[in-house]
Amino acid sequence: MSLTWYLVASALIFSIGAGGVLVRRNPLVILLCIELMLNAANLALVAFSRAHGNMDGQMFALIVMVVAACEVAVGLGLIVALFRRRLPIDVDELRELSG
Amino acid sequence: MAEVLFFLAAIGAVAGAVGTVSLRNPFYAVLALVCHLLALAALFLLLYAQFVAAAQVVVYAGAVMVLYVFVVAYVGGGAGEPLTGSTGVSLRFASILFTLALFAELTIALVGTGLTALDTEGASLEATFGTPAEVGELFLTKFLVAFEIASLLLLIAAVGAVILARRRAGLGDEGEVSVGDVMRRPEVTAGQAEPGSMIEAAGPPQR
Repeated sequence: MSLTWYLVASALIFSIGAGGVLVRRNPLVILLCIELMLNAANLALVAFSRAHGNMDGQMFALIVMVVAACEVAVGLGLIVALFRRRLPIDVDELRELSG
Repeated sequence: MAEVLFFLAAIGAVAGAVGTVSLRNPFYAVLALVCHLLALAALFLLLYAQFVAAAQVVVYAGAVMVLYVFVVAYVGGGAGEPLTGSTGVSLRFASILFTLALFAELTIALVGTGLTALDTEGASLEATFGTPAEVGELFLTKFLVAFEIASLLLLIAAVGAVILARRRAGLGDEGEVSVGDVMRRPEVTAGQAEPGSMIEAAGPPQR
């Protein structure tokens, strides 16, 4: 199985995630789409790691997973805070930094 | 055999991604993302990244997605959102166009590199490639700094999430007592708290 296929799949998943960030308005779903993009990057990293026969890419992918978990924790905390303050859960309505 | 497995997993991953983007109910979007993550773990296995695949299933599809499901249940996203707003149609069209352009660009950038290794199945591997033992050894030798910074980052993110999502004094109901209030008034105990406070009621106040 040629490694090019993995990279094309990675590019496709990344594009779908980027399109989702643009199309969707619910911040929860936008976070999910960011996860999609991070996972696509992970797939590319692991594929390049396989191409070189070197473990560094896999370690990079694991670190990316840690960063993604942090991003999820903070993002979901923000969404819960929005919900507590009874603000609309909609990025089109939330255009100002001041609450 | 590897080809069949690759295409099954890749189709599953892409279908999960499309479902995540297009399903209106956020709960179903989270479930589609779980399918996507499982298919991606299969792809990692095909690339001999056993530990990454296991971490993907356990940490991502397990723990992180449970967090998502809890927040979706708490916020109550079941009503579904309209996919397009008032300016939605043209914006959506532009977004799809942008997505296609980005895919074409990424594919050209990745495939057009001319790296000879990309047309092969990859380099010849040692038997320990991708095993947990190898990953652990690298994390404790070559990538020790990154490992420690990752642990610090996780701690900061956990504390930050708690501080962001806590109940603030004055924002919630009258009877709520924040953690800071309790720390500032150590003489208030469960027996002598004024009626209506959270300590007295021994439970979270009703909205």
